[in-house]
Amino acid sequence: MGSATGEAAAHGAKPANRRGQGLTWVPAALAAAIFAALWPAMPPVAGGEVLRWGAAWVPSLGVNFSVLVDGLSLTFALLISGIGALVMLFAAKYMEGKYHSGRFALYLFLFMLAMLGVVLADNLLTLFVFWELTSITSYLLIGFGHADAKSRRSALQALLVTGMGGLALLAGFILIYTVVGSFDLAVVLASGDVLRESPLYLPILVLVLAGAFTKSAQFPLHFWLPNAMAAPTPVSAYLHSATMVKAGVFLLARLHPALAGTDVWLWSLTLFGGVTAVFASVMALRQTDLKQALAYTTLMALGTLVLFLADGTSSYAITGFMAFLVTHSLYKAALFLVVGTVDHGTGTRDARILGGLARAMPVTAFAAALAGLSMAGLPPFVGFIAKEVLYKGAGELALGTIVTAFALASNALMFAVAGIVCLRPFWGRPRGETPVKPHEGPWQMLAGPVVLSVLGLAFGLMPWLKQQILVSPGVDAVLGRDGEARDLRLWAGVNLALILSLVTFALGIVLYAAHVTLRDGLNRLGTHLPSLDAGWDRFLDGLKALAAWQTRILQSGRLVNYMAVTFVTLLAGLVAALIATGPGPIVLEMPYLLVKEWGIALLVLAGTGVVVSTNSRITALAGLGVVGVGVALIFITYGAPDVAITQLLVEVLVVVLVALAILKLPSLEPETGRRRWFDAALALGIGGAVTAIMLMVLEVPIDRRLSDYFEVTSWPEAFGRNIVNVILVDFRALDTFGEIAVVAVAGIAALALLKTKIAPTKEEDAR
Amino acid sequence: MKSVIVESGARFLVALLLVFSVYMLLRGHNLPGGGFIGGLVGAVGFVIQAIACGTESARKALRVDPSNIAMAGLGIALLAGLFAALFGDALFTGQWLFIGATEDSKGLPLSTVLVFDIGVYLVVMGAILTLVFALEEEA
Repeated sequence: MGSATGEAAAHGAKPANRRGQGLTWVPAALAAAIFAALWPAMPPVAGGEVLRWGAAWVPSLGVNFSVLVDGLSLTFALLISGIGALVMLFAAKYMEGKYHSGRFALYLFLFMLAMLGVVLADNLLTLFVFWELTSITSYLLIGFGHADAKSRRSALQALLVTGMGGLALLAGFILIYTVVGSFDLAVVLASGDVLRESPLYLPILVLVLAGAFTKSAQFPLHFWLPNAMAAPTPVSAYLHSATMVKAGVFLLARLHPALAGTDVWLWSLTLFGGVTAVFASVMALRQTDLKQALAYTTLMALGTLVLFLADGTSSYAITGFMAFLVTHSLYKAALFLVVGTVDHGTGTRDARILGGLARAMPVTAFAAALAGLSMAGLPPFVGFIAKEVLYKGAGELALGTIVTAFALASNALMFAVAGIVCLRPFWGRPRGETPVKPHEGPWQMLAGPVVLSVLGLAFGLMPWLKQQILVSPGVDAVLGRDGEARDLRLWAGVNLALILSLVTFALGIVLYAAHVTLRDGLNRLGTHLPSLDAGWDRFLDGLKALAAWQTRILQSGRLVNYMAVTFVTLLAGLVAALIATGPGPIVLEMPYLLVKEWGIALLVLAGTGVVVSTNSRITALAGLGVVGVGVALIFITYGAPDVAITQLLVEVLVVVLVALAILKLPSLEPETGRRRWFDAALALGIGGAVTAIMLMVLEVPIDRRLSDYFEVTSWPEAFGRNIVNVILVDFRALDTFGEIAVVAVAGIAALALLKTKIAPTKEEDAR
Repeated sequence: MKSVIVESGARFLVALLLVFSVYMLLRGHNLPGGGFIGGLVGAVGFVIQAIACGTESARKALRVDPSNIAMAGLGIALLAGLFAALFGDALFTGQWLFIGATEDSKGLPLSTVLVFDIGVYLVVMGAILTLVFALEEEA
């Protein structure tokens, strides 16, 4: 985590690319426009309406490009576009003059569109496509400082982990389709009982959870998220705290009516969520880099969100889920932007150095304080209300005691981390020399933190506002029932939740006071624990070693071996197919042949004899050519002139081509005895198997439907009498186009191979 | 290996083969032939030229780099296929124009199908010549 100071320098090192500099405000404006466009949907959705709009996309596969606006998706969409507008405004200033800042703005905007697609999708496959797009844009953004090897590694890691999850998710969606017969969310969500009783429920659940947990970085697949902080700060604020990592949580909430309510769901979400939450908050305490500390608290929040989705029916838990979701997005995005401003203003993010910044950066300190108080869960901030509801929800749950314990531990730790991130850098005396003299950021960078943290206070003072527009409609959507949302109240009287809150504060203060000692202790402990991040490297190394091993075995570099592998596979496939289907009847009788047919047969046999007996490559080639001509003659005899002409011409050209190639090669070394026997056996095996299959095919009556169709329609519909050619250029023109594309690419590829001079390796020299 | 007899024989053969290849291409819709076969025959013509007089001379006779011919052919075939979209038909649906058609005769038929076949012809010829020239120059 030594790069706390390095990020700004790494991006600034290259000469600034000024193209597109003047347009960096455009994405922010567009995002704001999307936010404004979504606003009118609020009253109807709050009234319980579900807005749908769609068009067929791939009708043959049942894929529709359709949009679903209900409480859940609208809340997410508003967060995505609203926070997106503020982050993009921040980014425009933060990246100003840096390497490819225009490209950065574009990636960020693309990501926003993809994320909106995920939450608004009304079709599982549409959702999947956008899901993958968020992974890809996230890859581009994490690896934005691509000159840095660490950025590249983190980007690839994030892509591979979320990509694997994405594949699992696709498989899960397809299984859902096989059960309910539709990709449409409306159908899927209405088929909860069918799904839960299906024998495929467990595989579906495992696959969907794999997708959601990788995306939302649940333990033990969490390690990519802290590494993803290699990205510039706006990316961390936007993708890796407020939006993308919530896609997994969103998916769980979206599919809640369809999949929740079983013991497996309950236990897996409780355990994964709970362990993630506690583990992450302990890890957060360990960090000295402010951004890393925030990264781990984001993990904690994701764990908590999953934890509260575990229960199938409790409306308190779901109200807590929605309230905490909104709250967390507000304060966490604000805090990331605050850290970005601090980084920009001082040149460092090291908690051990920073202190007393409030004098130089008053506005930032103000925003940090508001957001931090919300994060710590103090009244009258929205964080307090969210925490109260969570505690109340926890008491009501099926696994209430466990959930309460997890929630209490992680909230106390969160309280301490809030102090470390939001309090310590700004108050007290400076603890060390910062690389840059602290100065306040420009307004574009302050707008985001201030707006978001003030919203946190406003929603805290007016909880009914948040309830009406963001929480209740979402709760209804998650539960699939109306009017179940519990009230959000600032003061709910003295109850268990309030007592738990007070315990949290007390524990949190103790942890904060002792955090320096704790940090050192945890660091000592941490060195003894196995690192999952290092495990990932070992996993990748193992995968590469496996690939290298099988490549060495199967692709030895000798053409003879490639042929052997290919033909052994073919023979195995043929024999397996024969065994699986059972051999058909074979009638062996000597057909009556004319003299010319005998002649052709003898010609082919003679050619074959030459091929197997000669030691000269050219002679063998000529022999093969004779066989080919024999085949062409057979075509002519049986009335297929087009095929015969083609065969003859191809045969001629192949002989010319191969002759050109082998003129430079030495004469054939006779194979050793065993190898020769093996080749002979393989050749006879293939020949025998193909002959047997041909004889079986002849016993089956020929299906003439296609031939008849082409014979009848070729002239009236395609104005051609040569059926073969009409099929090639008209009926199946698309196929032909694919084939000529292959021909063209093969020619170009061969050219590239021939023109590339490869230096002989040492091994070949030695031979 | 240069031989005067082969060289002078090649001249006539090449010319004949090229004319024959176009003939094959054009008659393909109703009689054995077509773009694929025509392309092969055309390629054989230039291959003979290359063997008899060297690739230098064959390249000169061709004027255009064979890989460009292949790519141009692919583009022509694609355009012929996309043309159907203008009339609201599915891609690669043949579009026909009969010039001077009367009750009895179809007149002179022109079609995107023929254009597509010309694309096939160029791709096949270009790709094969790309390979042959490269192999021969390698030697």
